[in-house]
Amino acid sequence: MAIVELKNVVKNYGGRKAQGPNAVDDFNLTTRDGEFVVLVGPSGCGKTTTMRMIAGLEDLSAGSIRIGGRDVSDVAPRDRDIAMVFQSYALYPHMTVFGNMAFALRLKKLPQAEIEKRVREAARMLDIEHLLERKPRALSGGQRQRVALGRAIVRQPQVFLMDEPLSNLDAKLRVETRAQIIKLHRSLGVTTFYVTHDQVEAMTMGQRIVVMLDGNVQQIATPHELYAQPVNTFVAGFIGTPSMNFLPATVGDDARSLQGEGYRFRAGDARAAGLAGKAGATVLVGVRPEHLKWCGSGDAQAANHLAGKVDVVEPLGSTTMVQVDVGGQRITAQLDSAIAVEMGQPIALTCAADVLHLFDAQTGQALGLPAQA
Amino acid sequence: MKTRRTSHVLLSLLAYAVALVMFFPILWMLLTAFKTEQDAFSITPQLAFAPTLESFRTALEQGSGYWHYAFNSLFSAVVSTLAGLLLAVPAAYAMAFYPSRRTDFTLVWMVSTKFIPAVGVLIPIFLVYKNLRLLDNLWGLTALFTAMNLPLLVWMAYSYFKDIPRDIVEASAIDGAATVQTMWRVVLPLALPGLASAGLLALILAWNESFWSLTMTDHKAATLAVYIASFKSAEGLFWAKMSAASVLTVTPIVVLGWFAQRQMVRGLTFGAVK
Repeated sequence: MAIVELKNVVKNYGGRKAQGPNAVDDFNLTTRDGEFVVLVGPSGCGKTTTMRMIAGLEDLSAGSIRIGGRDVSDVAPRDRDIAMVFQSYALYPHMTVFGNMAFALRLKKLPQAEIEKRVREAARMLDIEHLLERKPRALSGGQRQRVALGRAIVRQPQVFLMDEPLSNLDAKLRVETRAQIIKLHRSLGVTTFYVTHDQVEAMTMGQRIVVMLDGNVQQIATPHELYAQPVNTFVAGFIGTPSMNFLPATVGDDARSLQGEGYRFRAGDARAAGLAGKAGATVLVGVRPEHLKWCGSGDAQAANHLAGKVDVVEPLGSTTMVQVDVGGQRITAQLDSAIAVEMGQPIALTCAADVLHLFDAQTGQALGLPAQA
Repeated sequence: MKTRRTSHVLLSLLAYAVALVMFFPILWMLLTAFKTEQDAFSITPQLAFAPTLESFRTALEQGSGYWHYAFNSLFSAVVSTLAGLLLAVPAAYAMAFYPSRRTDFTLVWMVSTKFIPAVGVLIPIFLVYKNLRLLDNLWGLTALFTAMNLPLLVWMAYSYFKDIPRDIVEASAIDGAATVQTMWRVVLPLALPGLASAGLLALILAWNESFWSLTMTDHKAATLAVYIASFKSAEGLFWAKMSAASVLTVTPIVVLGWFAQRQMVRGLTFGAVK
C-alpha cells in the first residue's frame, strides 16, 4: 500500500530531441493510500503510456514518479514493488498456473513453504485452486484472467497496475470479473491504477477517474463529479450513455435565458454566474438524455422547453430511446417506456433547470462551475 | 470430380519425378559405394552388380585416417555450433527486445555478409590465418565455421525471439526478474524449439562444409570433406572408394537429421510460442 505521486510527467517518443506532440503531457496526480484510480479515454489518449511509466516499462521524458515517498523515476520495474495485469494476461506459457503465480516469489527467494501458502491462498480467493497444475493454454479466457490477477496478488505489492484486464472477456464474464476486482481491491486495500477505454467500467470501478485526451488530462474527479460537473464538452460527452446532447443557444439580455431554434432554456442558479457578461453571445447548452422529460401540452410555458419531431424510436424495455429533430439538430432523449411515441409525431420535451450544463462555444470549457476544491 | 482426380494423379507423378531427380545422385553414390572399382568405372552404368564391401574396408582401414577426419568434423561442427549459439543468442536477444534505430540495419548487414561468395574473401582470410599460424589448426577452422554460421543463427534466433509476446518479457521484468533471469527462465524455454532447429541447421552446414576445409587445412585439422577429396589423388580417381567415403561422411548427419526432422520442421515453420 502506498501513495503514488506523478509530478509534471511528460512522455515524448521523439527520443532525446523531443519532437512532435507529447504522448503524455504534464500529468499530475497524487493518489490516496489504497485508492482505486481509473485512467480512461479513447485509444491513443496516453492512458496506457502513463501506466507503463508508472510500471517503469517506459522512461519519463520529464517529471517524476514517487511510490510510497520514494522517487522511482529511474528505478527498474523489478525494483518498484508493483504488480501488473496485462490486457493479454501475459502468462508464461511454459509454466503451470502454480509456476506462473510463484515466479515472482521464487525470484525473491522466499522459502518454499511461504510460496506454497501465498499461492494457495490467492488461488482460493480467485477460485482457481483446481487449476494450479495446468498450463495456461489449457485454460479458458476467464480462467487465464484470474491467473493473471492471482499472479499480481501473491506479490503483495505496493501498487497494482491493470491495463484493460477485462477487454478480452465476453460481456457476462466482464461484469462478473469487474465485481471480483472491486471486491479484491476492497479486501486487499492496495493502491490500484486501472486503464480502460470503457467509461462504464471507469464509472463503476473508480474511486477517482482520470479522463484523458490526446495526452492531456481533461479532468480528475470522482465518478459523481464527472457526471454532474464535467469541465468541458469532451468529458461531458465521454461520460454517460447515451452521450450528452449539445445545443448552441444565444444568451438573452438577462444573462440567464438561452434561446435557439426550437428550444429555450433558463440557466439554473448554480450555473447562471457563468453567463455573466455574455449577453448576446452563443454558448453550448448540454443536457443529458436521461434528464429530458416528455412535456404535456400544459407545460408549453415551461422555462426549459424543446419542440421537435420524433425521428427514431428505440424501445429498450424499461425506457425508450427517442431521437428528436429539434430545429434541424438531432438530440436523444431517454423517456419512460409508458409514454407512447411514434416516428414522425411532434414532441415537446422539458428538463429541470439544475441539470443544464453550459459550455463556451469556442473552447468547450464548462461555464459557471463551482470553484474546484 | 474426374478432372480433379486426374490432376491429383498428375501432380503426384510430377512430385515423384522431382523427388527421384533430387535423390538420384545420392542413390548413385550409395550404389557405387558397393561396387568394385571396375564396375564403378564401367562406361555402361550397371544397375545389376555383385555388391562388395571392399571399398568400405579400404575407406576404414588403418591408414585411411577416417576416424581422425571424423573427429575433426565432429569437433568443428559441434564446437562451432555451440559457440555460434552462445554468441547469437545474446545478440539476437538485444536486437529483439531492446531495438535501437540501427537494429534493422545491423541485421541486414549481418545477413548481407552471406551474399559474398566465400572465395571472395579467401585471400584476406588465408593471409590472416597464415600470419596467426591458424592454418591447418582445428581451433582456427572451428572459429571460421562459427563466423560462417553466426549471421544465420542471429537471424533465426532473432525471429524466434520476435515471436515471443513483448508482454511476457515485460511481465517477467515486473515480476522481479533481471534481464539475464528473464532470458534464462522465460525467453529461452519458449524459444528452445526454434533455437534447437537453428543449432541443427548450423551443425549440418558446418559438418558438410568443404570450401574452407579444403583450403585452410592440410591434414592435421582436416575434416571429412578433405578425406573424401583425398580419393581423387595423383594415383588416380577411385570412384567406388570415394563413394564409400562419402557414404561414411553423410550417414551420421543423415541419421541425426532423420531423428531431428520433426524438431526441424516445427522450428523452421512455426513460431516458438503459438
